[in-house]
Amino acid sequence: MQRPEQRDEVEMLAMMLLIRRFEERASQQYQAQKIGGFCHLYIGQEAVVVGAVAAVRDDDYIITAYRDHGHALARGTSANACMAELFGKATGCTRGLGGSMHFFDKKNHMYGGHAIVGAHVPLAAGLAFASKYREEDRVTLCFFGDGAINQGSFHEALNLIALYELPVILICENNLFAMGTSVKRSTSLKQIIDRAEGYDIPGDIVDGMNFREVRDKIAEVAASIRKDPHPAFLEVRTYRYRGHSMSDPASYRTKEELEKYRLDDPIIRLRAQLTREGKLTNEQFDALDKKAKQTVLESVKFAEQSPELPIEDVYKYAYFNGEKK
Amino acid sequence: MREITYRQALNEALAEELERDPNVFLMGEEVAEYHGAYKVSQGLLERFGPKRIIDTPISENGFAGLGVGAAMAGLRPIIEFMTWSFSLVAFDQVVNNAPNMFMMSGGQFNIPITFRGPNGPAHQLAATHSHATENFYASVPGLKVCTPATPRDAKGLLKTAIRDDNPVLVLEAELLYSSKGMVEPPDEELLIPLGQAEVKREGSDVSIICYAQTVSLAIAVAAQLEEEDISAEIVDLRSIKPLDEQAIFNSVAKTHRAVIVEQDRPFCGVGAEVCYRIQQYIFDELDAPIMRVSQEDVPMPYNEKLEKFVLPNADKLMSAVKKVCYA
Repeated sequence: MQRPEQRDEVEMLAMMLLIRRFEERASQQYQAQKIGGFCHLYIGQEAVVVGAVAAVRDDDYIITAYRDHGHALARGTSANACMAELFGKATGCTRGLGGSMHFFDKKNHMYGGHAIVGAHVPLAAGLAFASKYREEDRVTLCFFGDGAINQGSFHEALNLIALYELPVILICENNLFAMGTSVKRSTSLKQIIDRAEGYDIPGDIVDGMNFREVRDKIAEVAASIRKDPHPAFLEVRTYRYRGHSMSDPASYRTKEELEKYRLDDPIIRLRAQLTREGKLTNEQFDALDKKAKQTVLESVKFAEQSPELPIEDVYKYAYFNGEKK
Repeated sequence: MREITYRQALNEALAEELERDPNVFLMGEEVAEYHGAYKVSQGLLERFGPKRIIDTPISENGFAGLGVGAAMAGLRPIIEFMTWSFSLVAFDQVVNNAPNMFMMSGGQFNIPITFRGPNGPAHQLAATHSHATENFYASVPGLKVCTPATPRDAKGLLKTAIRDDNPVLVLEAELLYSSKGMVEPPDEELLIPLGQAEVKREGSDVSIICYAQTVSLAIAVAAQLEEEDISAEIVDLRSIKPLDEQAIFNSVAKTHRAVIVEQDRPFCGVGAEVCYRIQQYIFDELDAPIMRVSQEDVPMPYNEKLEKFVLPNADKLMSAVKKVCYA
């Protein structure tokens, strides 16, 4: 298993590019009506999940909300399996049964993809409870948005996590808007991180547009948790460039605000850092980008050509009968 | 066989499964140091320690979800609700997370969890504490629901539920905890399959289809009916889902008359489903329209007399049986 500190930053940049290009293509395919249901894009937030995944072991648990394409890709789910899922195909990461909001990949310890806001935070408590129960030194990364912090399930879970000293890193991806409602209009606190203080959970604010800051902070917290199980809370400040979902023109914010964040783009930033340090040439960057675009284009072809589950199979997924699918 | 209480039977089931499988743990309000609000978990903390018998804050949504997450990671949680009325604040975890995970994950994550606790009206607990939840939960695909009426069924069904690889809801009953019945000795493994009804009394004139608290009611009424030369067969469903429709059909095909006595409400209640299946599949066997006895369609009043009126009771069941028998 690759140790986090050995993960190559150029590879991590390539992953951020893959997520960006995947989401752009998903957007286009959604508009072409190849993708149904709801579709929430991760564009702008790539450094959060890629930084987090770069900081932990492959067998650590990760669980997130419905803006989950990036989390699966970062964890190693193939672009083919992700795109096929959006197309509702049997080759998708949940066989076309979960869709955009419910990506799962057990092999890569990606525990979903959960679409009821805040309802997966108790599940994260359970994953971490299981690690502690079995005396493993696994860490659970629980991602959620700023909209989740006002749900009862979030508060109940934080209390249990703190009470039982569970090894969870609570990662609030604060992109400033819960759908169209800004944090200012939804949350009584001046800053989200103060939620952690209310439960005696140590917390920190992290610049979510900076891959290295996210990675280093999470690596530091994870190392501390492995020595002695405890929770931690990180408010990771980020920004989504697109609307809440495909149907949202995001008229609740200004062009200027969006432009300000675009200038701070996480991909451009890591690229600049690597270029400055002589670790990446422009040609190498272009090659990475070209490869990401190619991988995504191929995933669309793969999804188009993949079969759907036969209708009668629908009954096989209501109850588990001892035979894993 | 020896006589034990329903409470002891559940306690034995928990202890045996905790002993057998280290992945099993019990979590809920007051289950450890207080030994359970109804003493079902008496002695378990001492025997299995605080790692496996875990007290929670009053936080049903939180700990029900914790259980589902632990099940995703391969443990086999038993989550106790102090009453199923309190499960309503955890409805999202029981309805949205536990049963949907297997389908939603394309078959990658099954959820081997048991949710258990007392269900249905007890005595003068009024509207918020008297919910019979079986019809809500049985309507959710992915959940299994059982309703033991006797100590033997309580032990055998709970053990089966804990071993099941899907979410199973064990709906016990407060008023049954102290009831006694014959149960196999502890050295004899007792597992009762889900989805298997049991004829609790043989009869030839009418089938009384019942479950949970209405089983003892039906048995008492059957004895009275005997004096009036009406022979009632009592079919205890034991599981609401899966539903043993064959056992129902076998009995009704024999008696040609059916009364369903259920502890839930009339609108979309369990009896409505049973009724539908009888008319759909064995319509020609019926000599009379099916009758249902359930609660009245009102929130539960506190006043004792009014509560008695709202609940299914012997008078209502007697008159329903007589009606289908044209007696």
